[in-house]
Amino acid sequence: MKKAVILVAFLFVGAFLLLAATSMRPFGEPAFADMDDYFIANTQVEVAANNAVTAVVFDYRGFDTLGEATVLFAAVVSVLALFRKLREDET
Amino acid sequence: MNIGNLPFVVAALLVAFGIYTFLFKRNLIKLVIGVSLVETGVNLFLVTLGYRTAGIAPIYTFAPEAERMVLPTPQALTLTSIVIGLATTALLLSFAVFIHRHYGTLDVRKVKELRG
Amino acid sequence: MNSGMSLIVRTVTRLVYGLALVFGFYVIMHGHLTPGGGFQGGAVVASAFALLLVAFGAAGIKGRLNHHLLQTLEEIGALAFLALGFVGIGTAFFYNLLANSGSLFGGPVPLGPNAGVFNAGGTLPLMNWAVGLKVMTGIAAIVIAMLIGARKEETE
Repeated sequence: MKKAVILVAFLFVGAFLLLAATSMRPFGEPAFADMDDYFIANTQVEVAANNAVTAVVFDYRGFDTLGEATVLFAAVVSVLALFRKLREDET
Repeated sequence: MNIGNLPFVVAALLVAFGIYTFLFKRNLIKLVIGVSLVETGVNLFLVTLGYRTAGIAPIYTFAPEAERMVLPTPQALTLTSIVIGLATTALLLSFAVFIHRHYGTLDVRKVKELRG
Repeated sequence: MNSGMSLIVRTVTRLVYGLALVFGFYVIMHGHLTPGGGFQGGAVVASAFALLLVAFGAAGIKGRLNHHLLQTLEEIGALAFLALGFVGIGTAFFYNLLANSGSLFGGPVPLGPNAGVFNAGGTLPLMNWAVGLKVMTGIAAIVIAMLIGARKEETE
């Protein structure tokens, strides 16, 4: 009984996901591309780099990368803190 | 070749498989695999959003002469998302290791009982 | 106690390890010119470390890769990234002060498709190195900690 309810809920969610995927705007035509056109046109002028993706990651959206570095740092510190007891037992 | 909305459908199917794993599996390692599946689906969706028909990668080094480049911002955010996904997966797996040490099982139904 | 894997795996690891390191550092170094960057190159280098750990076991690398050193290097990478973000604080946070300045990494870049100028990009190559150092040491520290935990689990 409980499994049937879960199955119905899952089919509901899956149907909505597929409906959303098929009713998206056509593949290959981004709707809002003004910002990216600016990045592509001005990467070589403003950042003097050939790779627009790296320019976006480290320059135009450096703040996002800072947050990402914080998350990575927090994860590393958490894993090391979790395994610290084992390492102390070891030595 | 016109493939329609097939990439969006693939991303939605990956997310749906991940949700299936959350709902029906009891093993913690399989739940971590489900989280990774959802992450992969979302990453694929983001990259797919930024694709332009017949576009080239947004890199000027030895670029072929084409007037269209795919959007760089979704690719940059996906790159960020992949590294965050790696870090969270490592954290989830460490939690799984410690739950197995403490309870002796990976079944989520047995984990809920308190054990000092 | 032999904690590593078989002789075949160890021999192939000795062959592949250096190549993986060189490729990873190449990806980091040319992050502003070719596909790649700090994150990807750091992940490649960390995968080389992981290969070494899996092939030789935790006992085989004892004293060579130590997690205190790795964690210190990761913090140095994070702080260097933050400091490079503060370089352009006079205009805005993460402003690229060095680009087109004529000094270090400030060379001019021809517009349109070109062969790539290495001495360009401003703070981008420096940030690539900082983030690459951070990612490679962070992931290697995670792998070492989890491997030691798993080995402890086996011996109990």
